[in-house]
Amino acid sequence: MSTAVVQQETKWWSGGKSPFNASYGKVMMWYFLMSDAFTFGAFLISYGTIRFSQNHWVDPNHVFNSFPFAGHTNLPLAFVSLMTFILIASSVTMVLAVHEGHKMNKAGVEKFMLWTILGGLCFLGCQAWEWTHLLTAQHEVLVNGKIELWNTTVAHNPFGPEVMFNGKEVATPGPIAFGSYFFEITGFHGFHVFSGIIINIVMYVKAKMSHFEQRGHYEMIEKAGLYWHFVDLVWVFVFLCFYLI
Amino acid sequence: MSSSVSSPEISFHPEHVESTKPIWRTFWILSALTVIELTIGLVIYNIHKGENPNATLVLAFKGMVCILTLAKAYYIVAVFMHLGSEVRNLIMTIIVPLCLFVWFITAFLWDGNSWKNLRNRYNGVKAVQTEQTAPAVKDKGAKD
Repeated sequence: MSTAVVQQETKWWSGGKSPFNASYGKVMMWYFLMSDAFTFGAFLISYGTIRFSQNHWVDPNHVFNSFPFAGHTNLPLAFVSLMTFILIASSVTMVLAVHEGHKMNKAGVEKFMLWTILGGLCFLGCQAWEWTHLLTAQHEVLVNGKIELWNTTVAHNPFGPEVMFNGKEVATPGPIAFGSYFFEITGFHGFHVFSGIIINIVMYVKAKMSHFEQRGHYEMIEKAGLYWHFVDLVWVFVFLCFYLI
Repeated sequence: MSSSVSSPEISFHPEHVESTKPIWRTFWILSALTVIELTIGLVIYNIHKGENPNATLVLAFKGMVCILTLAKAYYIVAVFMHLGSEVRNLIMTIIVPLCLFVWFITAFLWDGNSWKNLRNRYNGVKAVQTEQTAPAVKDKGAKD
C-alpha cells in the first residue's frame, strides 16, 4: 500500500537517514542476534558431528522420560513439551507487550511484561528440575562385571548399549560426550533465558517509572522483545536436536 | 499517532494494526506445529520399541520434524520478531548470511559420519610399516 510506494520513491542510501528505515539500536540488536545464532549453531552442529561419529548414542526418550511429581512413570517428551509451551506462551505475551507499546498503553505494557517474566522464570525452574533430575538419578550400569548406580554428568553416562547380564538387560557405560553437550548447550541457553529475564525486569521497571512515556515511544521494549524471541527460537532448535532427532 | 517522536533516522512508520489477531493466529500455528512434532517424536519412540525398527522410516520422520522446526522458526522470525514487515534489504542482510548454515550443517555431519566409518574400518588394524631399500647403483665408468 502506501508503504511500498514510499519504499520505491525514497533514496535509501543518500545519507541522513537509516537505509533500513530502522533505528540504529534495532539494527544492531538484529546483528548481535545473528552472531549469537552462529554461536549456538556452532555448538549444536558440533553436537551433531560428534553424535554422527558414534556407533551408539543415547535414546532421548529413555533419558528424558520423567515428570515432576510423577515418580517413575514413563512419560517420554512430556516435561520438555511443557517447557516448550511455556516459552512459546511467554513469547506471545512479549509480542503483546510490544503491541501495547505501539499504542502507548503503559498499563498494558506492564501487564504483559510481568507475564513474560513469569514465563521465563517458570522455564528456568523447569530446566533446573531437569538438570537436578539428571544429576541425582540412579541408573543401573554394568561396569567391570558389577552393577553400579550412575547419574548423568560430564564424566558419567549410564545410557550405553544394553547387554544381557544375569538374565536381564542392563546398560553399559555410554558416550560421555552426551553429558558435556547436554549441560553445556542447555546451560548456555538457560544463561540467555536468565539474562533475558533480567533485561525484561529492567524494561518493566522503566515502563513503570514512565521512562518510555516521557521518551514518546516504547522501542526499547521492541528490542528486548527481539532478544526474548531469539531465546525462544534457540530453544526450538535445542529441543529439536536433543529431544526429537 | 504513536512513535511520532522516535529516532530521527526513521523515515516512515509502518501502518499500525490495531488487532492482535495475527499474533494469536501465529500462536495457534506454532502450538499446532509443536503438537505435530511431538506426535512424530512419539511415533519414532514406538518404532524403536517395536520388533524391527525400519531405519528409513525413522529417518523420514526425523526429516519431517526438521522441516516442521524450520516452519516454526519462520513464524517466530517473520511475525513475532516482525522481520517480515521490515525493509527488504534488512531482511536480506539477516537471511543471506544465515544460508551459510546449509553448508555448515552438511559439511560437519558428513565429516562426523566419515569419522564413524573410518573408525569402524580401521580401529584395531595394526599399522604396517613398509620399508624398501633403494637398489644399489652400479658405477658405469664415469665419464668426464
